[in-house]
Amino acid sequence: MKAQELICIVCPIGCHMSVEKKGEDYTVTGNGCPRGIAYTKKELTAPSRTLTTTVKISHSNFRRLPVKTSSEVPKERLFDVMEEINTLTVEAPIKMGDIILKDVLGLGVDIVSSKNMPRV
Amino acid sequence: MQYELVVIGGGPAGLAAALEARKEGIAKIVILERDKELGGILQQCIHNGFGLHQFKEELTGPEYAGRFIEMVQKEGIEYKLGAMVVSVNGEKEIAYVNAEDGLVTLQAKAIVLAMGCRERPRGALSIPGPRPAGIFTAGTAQRFVNMEGKMIGKRVVILGSGDIGLIMARRMTLEGAKVEVVAELMPYSGGLTRNIVQCLEDFNIPLKLSHTVTEIHGTDRVTGVTIAKVDANRKSIHGTQVTYECDTLLLSVGLVPENELSEQAGVEMSRVTAGPIVNESMATSIEGIFACGNVVHVHDLVDFVTKESQRAGAAAARYIQKRLTVSGESIHTEPKHGVRYVIPNTIDLSNVGESIELFMRVTDIFRDVKLVAMQDGKVIREVTKKHLAPGEMEKLVIPIKNILSTGGEITVMVKEA
Repeated sequence: MKAQELICIVCPIGCHMSVEKKGEDYTVTGNGCPRGIAYTKKELTAPSRTLTTTVKISHSNFRRLPVKTSSEVPKERLFDVMEEINTLTVEAPIKMGDIILKDVLGLGVDIVSSKNMPRV
Repeated sequence: MQYELVVIGGGPAGLAAALEARKEGIAKIVILERDKELGGILQQCIHNGFGLHQFKEELTGPEYAGRFIEMVQKEGIEYKLGAMVVSVNGEKEIAYVNAEDGLVTLQAKAIVLAMGCRERPRGALSIPGPRPAGIFTAGTAQRFVNMEGKMIGKRVVILGSGDIGLIMARRMTLEGAKVEVVAELMPYSGGLTRNIVQCLEDFNIPLKLSHTVTEIHGTDRVTGVTIAKVDANRKSIHGTQVTYECDTLLLSVGLVPENELSEQAGVEMSRVTAGPIVNESMATSIEGIFACGNVVHVHDLVDFVTKESQRAGAAAARYIQKRLTVSGESIHTEPKHGVRYVIPNTIDLSNVGESIELFMRVTDIFRDVKLVAMQDGKVIREVTKKHLAPGEMEKLVIPIKNILSTGGEITVMVKEA
C-alpha cells in the first residue's frame, strides 16, 4: 500500500505526517511527538471529533448556551448528534460543567455546558 | 469618583490585567465593559483549543473566559457592564455611560487600555457591486449564530481563510447551511493547519487559494458571489471567474486594533500595528496609561494575550506604587528584513528581570531561516526556524546580559540559515 499523507490535529503545530500500512502495522513518519502516532491510528480506523455547538436557553441574557461533548464522538455521527442537541431547550440558571444531556444517542458521551448562564 | 486603576475592556486582556494588579496589592480597581457580560470575544468562540499554554488543557472560549471571570469575582474586583467609555484624556479622566449610572467621570491613577480589535469590514476591501443584505463579517455571524440564536443564511461563500473564517465554515455546516467555497487572496491560508483539516476537509469544503471575490450579485439579498483567480500581484485574472449561487457572504479578512480611545487620550500610535507604541512594561507614551492584548497588536492565541496583559497589570500596579521606572533610558527595537513589527517598541532595562521577550510578525512565508536580533552589529540572539508565516506570531527571548545598556537600537530580522 502506498503512503498516505495526514496532518495531525492534536495540537496547533499541525505536523505533516506520512503513514504506510504494512499488514496490521502502521509506519508513521513526520510526527513531532508520540501523540501523532496515536492520532494516525485512530484517524485511519475510527476518526472522531469533539463537538462544540449551542442549545436553546430561556430566562438568560442570551438565547443560546454553548455546549461541548464530554469526549470525542465518531466523525460520521456528528450530524446525528447535532440533530439530537437541536431538539433541546434548557432554562437558566445553568452552570459551566452541568450535564445537559446524558449519553447522547447511546454513544457514551455527555453534552456538557461550557458557560455559566445566570437567570435574568 | 477616584480609582487607583481603571481597566477599559472586560475581555481576556482586561481581566488578566485587573487580576494581576490586584495580586500586586492594588485595592481600588474597576473594569469597564460595554457588553452584557465579561469575557469579550471569547464568549462567542464556542469551539475548543484555548488554554493549552495557560492551563495545559483544551478549553472552549467561554470556559477560558469563565475561569478568569470567576477569579475576578472571587477577588471582589469591581466591574461595570453595559458601560461604554466615551472619552479618555491624558489626565487619566475616563467618562463612561451606562443605563444604571448615566454619564460618570472617573479619575484614575493608572489606566489599562484593553479594548481589543475589530474586524475589517466590506468597506475596507473595495469589492464592487450592490449592497444587498447577507454580507457579514465572520465574527458578527459568529455572534448571531452562537449567542443570539439567529441563523444568518443557508448557502454561504466565505472570503478569507483566517481562523475565524475556517471556524465559521464548520459552524455554519453543522447548523445545516451549505458552505460552497472558502476563497483566499493569498497563496497560503492565514489559519492554523489543523483548522483547515477539521473545519474544511472534514466537511469537504473546497479552499481556493489565490482567489478573491470580484462581484457580489443581488439587490435586496445576496443571490450569488463571483470569485476569480488572482496573479502574483493579486490582480484578478480575466476568464477565471466562477459564480456561486448563495445567499450569504462571510468576510474573514483581518482584524484591526480598536484605538479610538487611545488616540483621543493622545497616546502615540504605531502605523504598522495600528496600536499604541509600548515599552517593556506595556506602558504607552502617556505616563500611567498602559495597553495590552489585541488593542496593541492582534494575537493568534488568547494564552499570549493573557501573559502580555498580566505584565501590563503588574506594571500598572508598580506605577501606582511608584515602583516603576518611568523616565529611564530606553533602547528602541526596530524591524528589519522580513520582520513587519516588533513589540515592545522600546525597552527600559531597569524594569527588566533576567530576560526580555520580543514578539514579532514576519512579512512573508520563510523556510529554514534564522530569526536574528542584533545590537551594534553584534548578534544578541538567534533562533533557527523551519517555518515562519505572517499568520503566526514569533517570539525571541533575549537574556538581559546580552544587551548593552549604553548601546544602540535592537534590530530583528530574518536571515538565511
